Amino acid sequence: MTKLNSKIPEGKLKDKWSNYKAHQNLVNPANKRNLDIIVVGTGLAGGAAAASLAELGFKVKNFCYQDSPRRAHSIAAQGGINAAKNYPNDGDTVYRLFYDTIKGGDYRAREANVYRLAEVSNAIIDQGVAQGIPFAREYGGLLDNRSFGGALVSRTFYARGQTGQQLLLGAYSALSRQIGLGNVTMYNRTELMDIVIVDGKARGIVTRNLITGKIESHFGHAVVLATGGYGNAFFLSTNAMGSNGSAVWKAYKKGAFFANASFVQIHPTAIPQHGDFQSKLTLMSESLRNDGRIWVPKKKEDAEAIREGRLKAENLPEEDRDFFLERRYPAFGNLVPRDVAARAAKERTDKGFGIENNTTKEGVFLDFKYAIKRLGKDLIEERYGNLFQMYEKITADNPYKTPMKIFPAIHYTMGGIWVDYELQTTVPGLFVAGEANFSDHGANRLGASALMQGLADGYFVLPYTIQNYLAYEIGTERMVPSEHDEFKKAEKDVETLIDKLMDIKGTKSVDYFHKKLGKVMWNNVGMERNEKDLKDAINKIKEIKKEFWSDLKIPGEKNALNVELEKANRVADFLEIGELMARDALNRDESSGGHFRSEHITEDGEAKRNDKDFMYVAAWEYKGDDVDPELHKEPLHYEEIEVKTRNYKTA
Amino acid sequence: MASKNININLKVWRQKDAKSKGGFEKYRLENISVDSSFLEMIDVLNEKLVNEDKEPVAFDHDCREGICGMCSLFINGRAHGPDSLITTCQLHMRTFKDNETIIIEPWRSGGFPVIKDLMVDRTAFEKIMQAGGFISVNTGGVPDANAIPIAKAAAEEAMDAASCVGCGACVATCKNSSAMLFVSAKVSQLALLPQGKIEASKRAKNMVAVMDEMGFGNCSNTGACEMECPKGISLAHIARLNREFLIANIKS
Repeated sequence: MTKLNSKIPEGKLKDKWSNYKAHQNLVNPANKRNLDIIVVGTGLAGGAAAASLAELGFKVKNFCYQDSPRRAHSIAAQGGINAAKNYPNDGDTVYRLFYDTIKGGDYRAREANVYRLAEVSNAIIDQGVAQGIPFAREYGGLLDNRSFGGALVSRTFYARGQTGQQLLLGAYSALSRQIGLGNVTMYNRTELMDIVIVDGKARGIVTRNLITGKIESHFGHAVVLATGGYGNAFFLSTNAMGSNGSAVWKAYKKGAFFANASFVQIHPTAIPQHGDFQSKLTLMSESLRNDGRIWVPKKKEDAEAIREGRLKAENLPEEDRDFFLERRYPAFGNLVPRDVAARAAKERTDKGFGIENNTTKEGVFLDFKYAIKRLGKDLIEERYGNLFQMYEKITADNPYKTPMKIFPAIHYTMGGIWVDYELQTTVPGLFVAGEANFSDHGANRLGASALMQGLADGYFVLPYTIQNYLAYEIGTERMVPSEHDEFKKAEKDVETLIDKLMDIKGTKSVDYFHKKLGKVMWNNVGMERNEKDLKDAINKIKEIKKEFWSDLKIPGEKNALNVELEKANRVADFLEIGELMARDALNRDESSGGHFRSEHITEDGEAKRNDKDFMYVAAWEYKGDDVDPELHKEPLHYEEIEVKTRNYKTA
Repeated sequence: MASKNININLKVWRQKDAKSKGGFEKYRLENISVDSSFLEMIDVLNEKLVNEDKEPVAFDHDCREGICGMCSLFINGRAHGPDSLITTCQLHMRTFKDNETIIIEPWRSGGFPVIKDLMVDRTAFEKIMQAGGFISVNTGGVPDANAIPIAKAAAEEAMDAASCVGCGACVATCKNSSAMLFVSAKVSQLALLPQGKIEASKRAKNMVAVMDEMGFGNCSNTGACEMECPKGISLAHIARLNREFLIANIKS
């Protein structure tokens, strides 16, 4: 018996969202100001939600751990955002965007959610333009588009290589307006420590002020988490240093189910790792694959000569280059989806054709020579200038002259807290938006679609669906946390946890444990997994966790700014998240999208899905520390599309 | 990438909190890879300090990709260090010589009080944004995106201004601690676009009023801000801000 009710509205796919909106409950404008909503996170989903809910008249409290909401990591997204506007007249429709997204997600996403996402995508572009986002334009003054992986149309809107930055600053400006008007109370440098449940409903959160260390409680008639992904469980990832999974993990421990934990997107075009001291991986936008060609040498001896610096890549003749994506996937070429490109790169480097002079000899070339010859350096600079500059600063190589070196990296977590069609979790009043929820993207998402989901959730989904819940809460009076037992207990639990961490007084730094966890995650729960390695990972993570809780050292005080304590709190959760990720990967005995089990490979090296046994969302229920979580399954039904093998070789 | 290691001497500003008096501490680091970033070098220092039971150096950083604007640091007398068009996270150790002494300080400005060590409080920028750094439009109910044609050149110029990351290097490097470059970037971006033009002068007036209130100085056209801006925001935007501000004053 499952406890999962996805609440998908009745009716035809294309009518579901309209029907929902037509029949949902709304809150009277005069009552809205009496309702408090807590929004944690200020990225595309959180910032957009906080601003939009405040515009509607609700009283919003918004939290971020950075010094400003403008720093949320959505800012780092580069290439673009999809919408089905069909401005280029190349055959795009809402249905086609929906179809490409479902297919890109390898049929492991919920059909109705993905359709809604495609449906509201156009409104996001309209909203962004109205906010003053300087999207790229044609000479006639209309919007320009480019292509992204997994699609045969140009539907990606962009603002140079800084699309995420511009969309986030758009949401941030809307949010700033509401803060200025007093409709949003903003809490910067404040981290969520726990979620407070009163009579079975989410009623608030406990936070720690990162400057003073003060533990505080905040009441809300509803709580929205929009805290991004947990990719930093791998230590090295493209996430910001502070990105963490703590808020969603606290939600899980308070009864929200955690879904598809192992669905991690591996981005094919990050700058390769160069040493043990490295703190993170930097992404080069997928948009580069519009014009860049990916290759490795055809001969192993050439690859070796390039690695050792005896041969320069630019001097290798064309006939000795293996454009492996164009070779394997003629229809999509360099614009295959991210998991396909990443796996193909791994296949080549595993066979010894890697070109980077690092310990793992990993890396492939992304070459702009051909595009510069065809289009001229100026146009390439106009399109990707900031990315080229970023690459040069990091590597000291000039990509206008020599091909870029790239390799796959952990990028985006498709898994997250399970939510229904209303973005509500299994805990009433607790909503999760953006990357933090298990998302509409399935086992792999396509490029330019995370921005779309974050903003769709924040601007156009949550402001409707949350009212359906809040309409029944207008009689609930604001609670004063200091007078309420549940809040007092939650605060005490947080204090106890912090004391426990501070009192270990061991010998090893937080980073020591984080790096150790990251290695296990990448080696055993990374791009390719198998049963033995996953079981091994679960045991190893348990050992690291034990060592963490007995030998961690945190200098400084708890009631002050203490960066080591902040990191310790997050890594304590990553250790547990990592274990759940391995467990989820072990359960899913099939390959699908970014989730690749070496036991399930087709003859030509592609992911082999098992729809009969695994066409479901795996939602895990917390049962207590050191107790195995319980698996719930939400079966996925595809009513309007034919489920078939993903194919990027032919159209 | 060429791998080479260097040894360095550091003089780092340490300050317990906003109220305490600060001072420089000296540290020596050996075998730092020239391929590591400046912030990764500080990670190494901090790991060393933690292992010695000392408090690590507090500094602001997050995306480490040059886009979030959170990292700060005054390095050898320059905002974001000795290179142009970069944030501190994009500065790499290959910029420094073996056995060089590197001086690291927080942003120095009355508008940005020190929180701890190298971390400063930039909420003044938030207040300025809240006073008018937006187009007054609610979610939904907006026209189709292509209903507002914008000349390519205007969109490009607006994008140049919009690329400001709000790091505060302009303030930190200005002898008057002026926030004019930051304010002008937002005013200019939105004034260049038809949808932002409508409230352009009002926006300039409101943002400048809060900028003054927050204790930032005036612009005296030395151009230091433009020199140190990681995104190369041009002084020309300050001229546009002045124009909008003037129009606002004439109107009122």
